[in-house]
Amino acid sequence: METMSEGEPPKPKPRPIVRLGLFLISHSFIVSVACCAAGIFALLLLPVLAKNTYISENALMPGSASPMLSNDDVSRARMFVNKVVSFDFKTDSSSIGIQELVAQHITDLGGEVNFHKFLPQANKFNPLHFFSGPDQGIVQENYTCSSYGINTVGFIRAPRGDGKEAIVLVTPYNSVKTSTGEALSLGIAYSIFSLLTRVTWLAKDVIWLAADSQHGEYAAVAAWLREYHTPSFDGSGKSLFESNASPRTGRKRHNDFLRAGTMAAALVIKVTDGTEKAERDVLNLYAEASNGQMPNLDLINVVNYLAVNGQRLRVKVEKLGSLLDAWWLRSLAELFHKLGTLARSLNPQWNFGISVAEYIEGTATLACSLYNQALGVPTGPHGVFRDYQVDAITMEISSKRLANYKNRPNELLLQGGRLVEGVILSVNNLLEKFHQSFFLYLLTSPNKFVSVGVYMIPFALLVAPLPMVAASLFADSTQRNSGTENKVTSSSDIPAITFESWRWLHAAKTVFIVHFWGAVVTLLPHFLSLVLDSLPLINLVIWIVLSAFTLLVLQVVLGSSVSLPRMKQTQGMEWTLLKSVTIAAACTGLCIMSVINFATAELGALMLVPMCLMARPLRIDAKAKTLKSFIRVACNLVLIFLFFPPVTYYLWKGALVGLDNARVGDFWNWVESLWTWNSATYIYMCMVHLPCWVLCVHTLAYPC
Amino acid sequence: MFRLRSILVFLVLFKSFGSIIGEEEEKIEEFSEALLLRPLPDRKVLAHFHFESKVPPTATHGSHHHLFPKSIYQLVHKYRVQEMELSFTQGRWNYGRWGGYDPISSRNAKPPGVELWATFDVPQHQVDACWRNLTHALSGLFCASINFLESSTAYSAPKWSFKSFAANIRYGTLHREAVCTENLTPWLKLLPCRDKAGLSALMDRPSIYRGFYHSQRLHLVSNEFDLTAASSGMVLEQTLTVVLQPVTLGSGMVSSLGLIQQPSWSLSSLFGREVSGRCVLSNASNIYVQLEPNLVSELMTTSETQQQSDVENLMSQAWSDMSFEMSDSPVRLIEEVYGFQKESSLLYEFSLANYSDSRPFNLEFRWKRPVTWSSQLAPLQASRFLMGSGNERGAIAISLKSVGRSGYAESSVNQEGRCSLRVDVFQVVPWYVKVYYHTLKVFLDERLHNLADVIERINVSPSEDKVSPGLMEIALRLPCDVQLVILTLEFDKGFLHIDEYPPDANQGFDIPSALVRFPEIKTKIHLFEDKCVCKSPILSKLQEESPVLWYTEVLLVPLTTPDFSMPYNVITITCTVFALYFGSLLNALRRRIEEEERLLKSKDTNASGLIGMLLSKLSAKLRGKALEPPSLPLSSKVSYRLILRVILVAGIAAAWQYFFG
Repeated sequence: METMSEGEPPKPKPRPIVRLGLFLISHSFIVSVACCAAGIFALLLLPVLAKNTYISENALMPGSASPMLSNDDVSRARMFVNKVVSFDFKTDSSSIGIQELVAQHITDLGGEVNFHKFLPQANKFNPLHFFSGPDQGIVQENYTCSSYGINTVGFIRAPRGDGKEAIVLVTPYNSVKTSTGEALSLGIAYSIFSLLTRVTWLAKDVIWLAADSQHGEYAAVAAWLREYHTPSFDGSGKSLFESNASPRTGRKRHNDFLRAGTMAAALVIKVTDGTEKAERDVLNLYAEASNGQMPNLDLINVVNYLAVNGQRLRVKVEKLGSLLDAWWLRSLAELFHKLGTLARSLNPQWNFGISVAEYIEGTATLACSLYNQALGVPTGPHGVFRDYQVDAITMEISSKRLANYKNRPNELLLQGGRLVEGVILSVNNLLEKFHQSFFLYLLTSPNKFVSVGVYMIPFALLVAPLPMVAASLFADSTQRNSGTENKVTSSSDIPAITFESWRWLHAAKTVFIVHFWGAVVTLLPHFLSLVLDSLPLINLVIWIVLSAFTLLVLQVVLGSSVSLPRMKQTQGMEWTLLKSVTIAAACTGLCIMSVINFATAELGALMLVPMCLMARPLRIDAKAKTLKSFIRVACNLVLIFLFFPPVTYYLWKGALVGLDNARVGDFWNWVESLWTWNSATYIYMCMVHLPCWVLCVHTLAYPC
Repeated sequence: MFRLRSILVFLVLFKSFGSIIGEEEEKIEEFSEALLLRPLPDRKVLAHFHFESKVPPTATHGSHHHLFPKSIYQLVHKYRVQEMELSFTQGRWNYGRWGGYDPISSRNAKPPGVELWATFDVPQHQVDACWRNLTHALSGLFCASINFLESSTAYSAPKWSFKSFAANIRYGTLHREAVCTENLTPWLKLLPCRDKAGLSALMDRPSIYRGFYHSQRLHLVSNEFDLTAASSGMVLEQTLTVVLQPVTLGSGMVSSLGLIQQPSWSLSSLFGREVSGRCVLSNASNIYVQLEPNLVSELMTTSETQQQSDVENLMSQAWSDMSFEMSDSPVRLIEEVYGFQKESSLLYEFSLANYSDSRPFNLEFRWKRPVTWSSQLAPLQASRFLMGSGNERGAIAISLKSVGRSGYAESSVNQEGRCSLRVDVFQVVPWYVKVYYHTLKVFLDERLHNLADVIERINVSPSEDKVSPGLMEIALRLPCDVQLVILTLEFDKGFLHIDEYPPDANQGFDIPSALVRFPEIKTKIHLFEDKCVCKSPILSKLQEESPVLWYTEVLLVPLTTPDFSMPYNVITITCTVFALYFGSLLNALRRRIEEEERLLKSKDTNASGLIGMLLSKLSAKLRGKALEPPSLPLSSKVSYRLILRVILVAGIAAAWQYFFG
């Protein structure tokens, strides 16, 4: 590039950085293609670049103490499990049944206990409080008396601690119909609890939340956390609970809401029936919280380390099953494998080689991790804790021995209990809250991760061409314009020039209108759900029709009134300006989204960038009638079709579960789930992706 | 050992000689020791050591002492301390289970860490200087970081809520101070027998630090400088309160009735040691076993049902009762006399005078049947918690919950005949938690109340950034039948300068315990004004009235912490900026602008500005690219050469790596 300006020595050279910018802008086509390709390639390279996890915080010291959980505790826990399993829900049909059993056991162990009654609170889309923190619970007006759930919360006060911090154990169970797995998870927590009431090393209080999940696990935990952090003292609705409480004889009512300091970490324990034919029991880890937030990597590391090294469990994180036998992935994996072996033959120290199976597994896990984060919907009750800046993780022990657990129950309880004990011991050692390790990462396997510094590269490469192309298009249109201008009026007066240079405002207005429409589309479902309540399919149709109608109205009302007296000779090039502003808007949207939820921005960039860069009026290409223009038309049409949000959704769903199962109304349900979980992805889809899609369609259909 | 004994004998002789002289003067130095043991409802045992040293005023006695620690005496004289209390505490006093109404709990339940308060007999402007010197002196004396209390952000001057009628008072706490034997050893050094003889020999370090609560306290009263009143010299009271779990086999025994069998204990099982006699320098050396009022009434009711017996019966065969037995027979049985209530506590007194090395004292306390009872609770149960989440703001809430018992009511009826209860709340908040005092809200029984109706008196001194902590004193006047009182205060979390963060900044920052005080409810043990009772300092101490106190939990506020690797980043960026600056400076110095301008003029470019120039250049290049292909080969030739050179170097490097690497 230095050589470019060698030709004209007399001219003063502009600064090198300006020259570099000019060079890039003038070669924007090649640069953008190269960048996009490199971005996608870098994304595929991520499993190769993943690093092994390591325990970053020294104070954790996992596995340094031998587990103290004895068979005594476990056999007591087994008795408790048997009591829970054989608990007759029919005869003891009073609203408080199994909770009383749990509470009694906690009190017998010497812990403090309280009941927390709550009303299941429907997640509601509240567009105005979108990014604000969790707010105070608003008790709904109409509810039936029997619909409230009762959490049982047990506390162990650390004997010599100062009670400033607490560790939370959560065991969700259905109080109406407790399954064997839920009973076993209660049993694990009970065995831990009985151990921890006796130990003297505890520095943080321990809270055991037996969450009543008859209205959903998430709702129960969320209600308790809301009461813990933002209680309301006005007493609306509480008095109702008091009157509802069934008078029991003799027993002390535990209705005071107890608390125990700032939470250091939370563990959700679950036991499920394993279906796999694995030799060992499997521990599934779920970590994604709302809007792609993750717990500190150290928490996952500790659990993984203890499960693998201490308890001989097989740790798994969720992966995208359909990717495991994709042919293209396999060939890619073989390519990377060959490259790796070649590099190692050159220098034995370059061992970035990766085996084929490892790469495929890593990619499947990475894709799932990316997808879960991008969706912005928490993958379990641990998600609530992240909203209160508490690191939490769900540990799901899946055992195939569950079906006949009566023969060998102690083993599972002992294994699970010792794992949880080890994690609590480690967290108990912490002097500071989790801060040492990563918060922004993607997992490619339970012990491999891609940190933010690495996974930013594909996104940066994908987004980099956008401003360049926007500048290039802008320069291009101004260039041609000034060229035509010079032809028409040789003595150009100053007002005309200024007017001409502000011509992009018109395009900007169009872009603004469409984005404004995007905001309207975002809010429409809120009003729809207020007004009517019908089938998803009908809702979806109404939404689409209303959106289209609004777009038309906006176009008519705002679009025509301000339209400038056009200059006929320049109209042909208006689309370049429009495209330029569209791309600038898309770039801004993506960059903002990358701050809120990086995974969404990453996946969004994969779709939005090619679509925006490709867009070009169909008529121009149709006139050209060359092979290149034909390919461009085809690409444009395919991209526009693919990246219309509903189509994308159905294709994705089809790839995951097969198109036969996908129904039309599913899209509505999916969107509904997004906004009820306050996912920023919904806003991104409606306010960035959809307007850009519409603008691209507008560009394609541009009359030339 | 022999030498020690000979010294002791000498001291005893000396003391008896001294006492002969003392009888003429009526005042001598005194030292006494006592241990009070009390079974607690949750299978634990409270052990309360009490040592008291007295010295007559210097005016009459002179400044030479035989028993009173010299270091404390010098401290008092140097800094003119009137009253001082220093406590080292580990663990939390469980008010709900161990009681919050009796004199021991309201005096000895302290917040975790170090608490120090002192009043000085100096003019107002010298108080702070005295306080600072005192903290440093105590820091050296007790091997603790009490000197951190010298900073004006660490202490405050409560007006009336902490202690009534106290001027020139300073109060400070260090909640993170770890309490260990290094603090106990200097404390023991103040005792005339240290831990070599007497009750303090029981203090086996592993045993007392294994407990659930450990509080070592030093309380000093001196009216040396009070010239008007009849001066009584200095009184140094040293107490150690520990809550221990007796070692039992087969823990968690549940009897058939669902009652938990209380563990039996002995001195050796609690402390791992026995008492081999008294400290010969002490006037009194007693061990008391106290049974709480609720326990006594529980025992009486159960024994009534089983066998016809009344109080006298219980008294007569007290130590071989149905419920429990003790291995030694007490010297005395002291019963509390309390006019209104049926419940009264019992004290069994054992004297150490009869025991020696050959016959060590090892009291055993055996339960015969399961008993459950609960301790006397404070009228309102206080707790404090944080509300809100996130790094921006939050709220402190103090909740006072009634325990549903109105025994305290009669003492607090005011003139209008309405029963009311006064509660003082004393709260110190560090400056980085910026409390908005105007947001104070009071909820009574879940209804928001007007502040003026509830608050009798309020004193607020807002915090000053990096200078002083915020202080809030509230006197609440509550109706007696109130069930739940909640006070809330909102705050913003402040930002600290990077060098103000402690090394463990990510742990969060503490808000010290609030003190809830019930000034109208006094607690004491009502005993007969017996002559022999008054001789025992611990009993006379327990007979003094003291208001019921309740320390709330320490709170942990997570503040935003900067990225502490930031200095590195800043250095990097600064260096980059400097490099760019010097680069462009050199560039500007090297270029000859006039010459370039002259060249430019000679070329006569028609560019009208920078942007126009750039655009024209761009257009020229675009056109040039289209029209003049010969310019390309030149550049491409050069770049080919460049690429070739790069490839060559890379190849050489790879080959080098491969063959020699």
